[in-house]
Amino acid sequence: MDFAFSEEQTQLRDALRRYLSQQYTFEARKKIIHGSGTSDAAWTGLAELGLMGVPVPEPYGGFSGTGVDMLVVMEELGRGLVVEPYFATAVMGAAFIKHGGSDAHKTALLPNVADGSLKLACALTEKQSRHELHNVMLSGTAQGNDARRSAAPDNGFSLNGSKTVVLHGAQADKLIVSARTSGAARDKSGITVFVVDKAAAGVTVHDYRTIDGMRAADVTLVNVGVGRDAVLGKVDEGYALIERVAQVGVAALCAEAVGCMAAINEQTIEYLKTRKQFGVVIGKFQSLQHRAAEMFMEFEQARSLAYLASVKVDSADAGERARAIHAAKVRAGRAIRFVGQSAIQMHGGMGMTDELAVSHFFKRISMIEATLGDTDHHLAAFAALGSVQENTTAQAAALTA
Amino acid sequence: MELNYTAADEAFRAEIRTWLNAHLPADLQAKVLGHRRLSKQEFLSWHKTVAAKGWVAPGWPVEWGGTGWTPTQKHIFDEECAGAGTPQIMPFGIAMVGPVIMRFGNEGQKRHYLPRILDGTDWWCQGYSEPGSGSDLASLKTRAERRGDKYIVNGQKTWTTLAQHADMIFCLVRTDPEVKKQEGISFLLINMKSPGITVRPIVTMDEDAEVNEVFFDNVEVPVENLIGEENKGWTYAKYLLGHERTGIARVGGSKRELAFLKSVAAEQQVDGKSLMQDMRFASKVADLEIELMALEMTVLRVVSAESHAAAQGKGGPGPEASLLKVKGTEVQQRLTELMVEAIGPRALPFHVDRFDDPAKGEAIDPLAAYYFNYRKTSIYGGSNEIQKNIMTQMILGL
Ligand SMILES: Cc1cc2nc3c(=O)[nH]c(=O)nc-3n(C[C@H](O)[C@H](O)[C@H](O)COP(=O)(O)OP(=O)(O)OC[C@H]3O[C@@H](n4cnc5c(N)ncnc54)[C@H](O)[C@@H]3O)c2cc1C
Repeated sequence: MDFAFSEEQTQLRDALRRYLSQQYTFEARKKIIHGSGTSDAAWTGLAELGLMGVPVPEPYGGFSGTGVDMLVVMEELGRGLVVEPYFATAVMGAAFIKHGGSDAHKTALLPNVADGSLKLACALTEKQSRHELHNVMLSGTAQGNDARRSAAPDNGFSLNGSKTVVLHGAQADKLIVSARTSGAARDKSGITVFVVDKAAAGVTVHDYRTIDGMRAADVTLVNVGVGRDAVLGKVDEGYALIERVAQVGVAALCAEAVGCMAAINEQTIEYLKTRKQFGVVIGKFQSLQHRAAEMFMEFEQARSLAYLASVKVDSADAGERARAIHAAKVRAGRAIRFVGQSAIQMHGGMGMTDELAVSHFFKRISMIEATLGDTDHHLAAFAALGSVQENTTAQAAALTA
Repeated sequence: MELNYTAADEAFRAEIRTWLNAHLPADLQAKVLGHRRLSKQEFLSWHKTVAAKGWVAPGWPVEWGGTGWTPTQKHIFDEECAGAGTPQIMPFGIAMVGPVIMRFGNEGQKRHYLPRILDGTDWWCQGYSEPGSGSDLASLKTRAERRGDKYIVNGQKTWTTLAQHADMIFCLVRTDPEVKKQEGISFLLINMKSPGITVRPIVTMDEDAEVNEVFFDNVEVPVENLIGEENKGWTYAKYLLGHERTGIARVGGSKRELAFLKSVAAEQQVDGKSLMQDMRFASKVADLEIELMALEMTVLRVVSAESHAAAQGKGGPGPEASLLKVKGTEVQQRLTELMVEAIGPRALPFHVDRFDDPAKGEAIDPLAAYYFNYRKTSIYGGSNEIQKNIMTQMILGL
């Protein structure tokens, strides 16, 4: 057993941290947030570091990075509070193509993801769906005679409906859209995933800020015609693909949260060591010391399971994968709330300000908690794995063997 | 022990409710219930409506425009206002500087300021905290030097709530830097239009503009604006902090928000059911509701003790106010936490341009901002850590 990062991983981490600390300062980020929302220069900079190629398989111009490589990247992007569409494009988007795309999709799209020339966004959430990605009402109707159907090309589909909180939807060139092609709103079967050109006729995208400094969009599709070649994975069997990609996304978000919490803890400790009240630094007050120690423990526990998730996300064993992913998001969620709230509290009035980075980190991790399933969602999913008991017994057996 | 309100109390409640129904403008109510941001004009118009009825300062003596209500009636009034969704009556004049002027001010000050506080002519703000003096308030440095019939004030206040609207600020200033820190502080009333005052907004993490820095650069303040005696300001400040504390638990407001939380959660789906039918979530709401029930009973116990004390001519609540502040803010913060949890990924959109108008967007739009904003409640008004220090020292004797 070895928890050390490889030399390449350490180099990647160092290079990325150096780039972000020089080029993506807190002030620079503030300008981006209050401007167009993303920075072309930063995107180019990240692409030059090879970041978009990390998750892309080698035959398509990438580095065939592992889950652990992605952990390294996401931790640093978290630490740097980066608001660029990396998660939408290189984490979620690339995973959809990698796990669900045909050779043609991969050849056409992945090299452009790897070199930074193509941005993707995933349109999965609907107003009624909350954390259930199988709660899909946007309809995909196969070709036929009525008005909606006639919009579909030969053998294709016509897409109608709306998605909400599509992360970096407006900044993307292509949208990956989940649609109901058969069955009822909450059925797990009957969902199909499509790649849709954002510029296609019938696609409307309404861009807005998110409270954590990112961008998201409401996307409406009206009679958008797509061919069979737009389908990722199999018709009506898209949910398995969505679940698989969501696992990749959750592992990445947990890593990002770890990066954010590392920064929050450092900043809070620094504040406790410098802020004086009653003639002493406030870090001398035992109630604050204990709270800082709790933050440290929360962070370490969340980090441990983020590591586990980063290794297991690549596992071929579906049960093992799900277990690690759900556990990581639950543990991250608990840490997020405690670490974030404690950091603000111990900064006093300063913690409430837009001026200090700590409030921005707090907002970001709080929204990570609300993305791709919150603590309760993953707790229920973990419990429903049903094999908790068996696994424990098996592990105990393995340990004593 | 009798835990029911008397028939007279219930009749009083009905009277308040009827009046609120008739006088609270629907648009204002919708803004409050919808967690939208209110303008100065909106706060003021409600203040004036309540003042015209004679109910704006229930805590004041009748001779200065108070209502003569019992502690229980005051509590009922607060609860009804909160339940209906009235704008808050700003505490800085009515609940803070007013009682100090009444207790320690001279006749001229009382006659000049109190009616203007009552009718809303002057908007007051509180100039206590400084960059280096928050929890350790007594270390404050803003200097006031006596020159003839004026004080010359130099220094800085911060976190000053709604100073951008204010006509007047009451300040703690240092008049004697040589003595023990509590003994060199004075209580000054300063006109915000005085030359040398600069107000600079502090943007909070929810991008609101509710707090400010206030800078004083050789500001001339007439000596008649001093409250009581020079260097006795700390005593007056402490009196103020101990005044009218049962309201800080904000039980009425939390009851309203609990109902709101349930209505929001009922509209969310999980497992094909409403979120309120989901045992995990419903149990959390139940837990919170139980905490709120306990808090309400605790508040009523304090109110009742206050009534008994008042009947014997004694003063209001003591250090138990700290308990109400800590538990009250914990409940308020937990409510906002569960609201954000209820709406899942829809917490993310930040439609700050809709925050001034409930007709824009949806009821859930401001909830994440509300959550972030309410982290302040455990920081201001004496942080919850400081309240716990007070309890350990003053109540537990540790
Ligand atoms: C939204 C908002 C509105 C406000 N409005 C006003 C206003 O109108 N007028 C005004 O004068 N002030 C106002 N304040 C200021 C408020 O009273 C102070 O923020 C508060 O007193 C804390 O001071 P501080 O911010 O300097 O934090 P600090 O005192 O520096 O405290 C930092 C942390 O240390 C903890 N701490 C400090 N001392 C101890 C101790 N002895 N033991 C244990 N822990 C300790 C605190 O609890 C906190 O967690 C407002 C603040 C906010 C956030």
